[in-house]
Amino acid sequence: MYRSHVLVCGGTGCHSNNSSKILDEFNALIKANNLENDVQTVQTGCFGLCTVGPVVIVYPEGAFYSQIKVSDVKEIVEEHLIKGRIVDRLLHKDDHETADNKVTALSETNFYKKQTRVALRNCGVIDPENIDEYIAYDGYQALIKALTTLTPQEVIDIVLKSGLRGRGGAGFPTGRKWQFTKDAVGDVKYVACNADEGDPGAFMDRSVLEGDPHAVIEAMAIAGYAIGAKQGYIYVRAEYPIAVNRLQIAIKQAREYGLLGKNILDTGFDFDLEVRLGAGAFVCGEETALMTSIEGKRGEPRPRPPFPANKGLFGKPTVLNNVETYANIAQIILKGPEWFASMGTEKSKGTKVFALGGKIVNTGLVEIPMGTPLRTIIEDIGGGIPNGKKFKAAQTGGPSGGCIPASLLDVPIDYDNLTAIGSMMGSGGLIVMDEDNCMVDIAKFFLEFTVDESCGKCTPCRIGNKRLLELLTKVTEGTATMEDLEKMEELCHYIKANSLCGLGQTAPNPVLSTLRYFKDEYIAHVQEKRCPAGVCKKLVSFTIDKEKCIGCGMCARQCPASAIVKTDYVAPGHKLPSYEIDQSKCVKCGACVSTCKFKAISKG
Amino acid sequence: MKSIADIKAIRERMQSQIIMRDNSDSDEIRVVVGMATCGISAGARPVYNAFIDEIAKRNLANVKVTRTGCLGMCKLEPIVEIYVPNKEKVTYCHLDAEKAVNIVVNHLVNGNVCTEYLVNNEE
Repeated sequence: MYRSHVLVCGGTGCHSNNSSKILDEFNALIKANNLENDVQTVQTGCFGLCTVGPVVIVYPEGAFYSQIKVSDVKEIVEEHLIKGRIVDRLLHKDDHETADNKVTALSETNFYKKQTRVALRNCGVIDPENIDEYIAYDGYQALIKALTTLTPQEVIDIVLKSGLRGRGGAGFPTGRKWQFTKDAVGDVKYVACNADEGDPGAFMDRSVLEGDPHAVIEAMAIAGYAIGAKQGYIYVRAEYPIAVNRLQIAIKQAREYGLLGKNILDTGFDFDLEVRLGAGAFVCGEETALMTSIEGKRGEPRPRPPFPANKGLFGKPTVLNNVETYANIAQIILKGPEWFASMGTEKSKGTKVFALGGKIVNTGLVEIPMGTPLRTIIEDIGGGIPNGKKFKAAQTGGPSGGCIPASLLDVPIDYDNLTAIGSMMGSGGLIVMDEDNCMVDIAKFFLEFTVDESCGKCTPCRIGNKRLLELLTKVTEGTATMEDLEKMEELCHYIKANSLCGLGQTAPNPVLSTLRYFKDEYIAHVQEKRCPAGVCKKLVSFTIDKEKCIGCGMCARQCPASAIVKTDYVAPGHKLPSYEIDQSKCVKCGACVSTCKFKAISKG
Repeated sequence: MKSIADIKAIRERMQSQIIMRDNSDSDEIRVVVGMATCGISAGARPVYNAFIDEIAKRNLANVKVTRTGCLGMCKLEPIVEIYVPNKEKVTYCHLDAEKAVNIVVNHLVNGNVCTEYLVNNEE
């Protein structure tokens, strides 16, 4: 029996912050102090509060240490593990509370209080590389229940009744997808998992695979039983090395336990899984392109119908779900569809995971019941906007989604509401923007991404988006006309209506939604040749106030373009001549502004 | 290859180990062992181990054993405090492994305070 468990976050965020070295240090010091039989160290998946990582939790006290450095480990071992004294200095502090109000338990932080964890329930709790820990938390009980007490149709009925909809973005009812595939004619059928998470700023699927890979494996086996498939494929991007590694370890362990392979648990059901790596093309997150890529061909989409449920992988009926969708399945089977349907709104049941990023205090991973207003996520869970800045917009759905302005922050989040206000659920990336962000520039950023990632198969997407980007660039450079804005809007609708796959059909959304809610910013760029946020370089200029300049020359020395020169003018009360900026040489880096101690340089 | 019974056995075995990571149960009994230098040198570690082993053996899921620092009465170490919800805290002193087992049986299981080990006797 271990007396104490030390949980060290091994998610990608903390991992890149040296958490594996922290774990090594714990192991070394625990060994040096002869505590190997007393203290168990566990590398877990993502805890969610990435912004204060690396995170370490010590049980049984539940002490929640944040921003731990390798050099802090010695103190935790000597004080906490040996003497039982919690190290106050290293405990996590909630920013909203008074400075001395330390939070000792994870569940007490504002970040966790308003969350409901279903898909993430094991992330940060179990060791993802130890199948026994997953089993301890009811792992594989749902598979046993399905194989021994339910018929395939009963499994599908449970999923249908739960109201679960696809978490990859479009929100198609999962049970209906399964039913179509079960009813499709064919002796060979496949189960596939979409783990090709490509949206900038999204990392929900990665965190589930890293923190709880068995949940996905179990759900895919259940799906295989329900639709009559013997083989499954997980398509995961090669840029997720930790997720791929843990997934492969998990599959190996499941095979050793006979939870994958022939005659699973002696029930006569055969099912096995293979991992396929994606090479990082965004379009391969689209279902038909993904399946083409698994087949070993160039990842390009094809028209639907036929839908994958009838003609999918290798031309056979296929069920394809997203990682987060699968992560809900075992819980639904165990706790019942009524439990799941009790959370959320009328048409969107359950919970949704969001990856919080951008201008927000608590960057990280959150899971909330559907119907929670965006304001709760941003202000209560996310901790608001840092540095006292004002909230401007939240972007959901990545390059396929849109921007939600401050006036719509109280709209309850679900699939239908987000679509109605011109955004979409998407996979769950949520990027927060403050007053320093230019909305035209944001739209341009996302469009640059889709232009880069367009596979080029259909013309509206390949050329339409390119032309749209050119028009947008004109706006940011101050050379566009009001007519161009109208042209842009028309082109957006054309691309949406005529593109072959989801990538092109949704690519203009960032432009359309910013045109809808932030048209004044576009007009300022076009008519006043001004970028209100001061982001678009072509529209920003720096000037030195000759009366304030004392002639120290600091800015001239800092300027990388040698654009700052001395003048003949000496301001009254100053001894040295002032400087000025040669606008033809200025590269608008802003280095001079931060150098000047006399606030003589202004941006306008 | 495991059978369904094997998986159930693994689940039960593992659950007794991971119960420690659940902080949600507010009805739990807490056994707090003084583990500062004074406590450890007086023999707190075998006491602590005895509590954990005996509690695990008896599958007492609602009991949590934790350590604490110096309680301020170093000459009475090893000291252990027992917190039962809605009852007054009980403090034992001069414990050893055998006494720890007795406390688990009499106090934690049967609800009878072991008066002979109470700190009151020393004052």
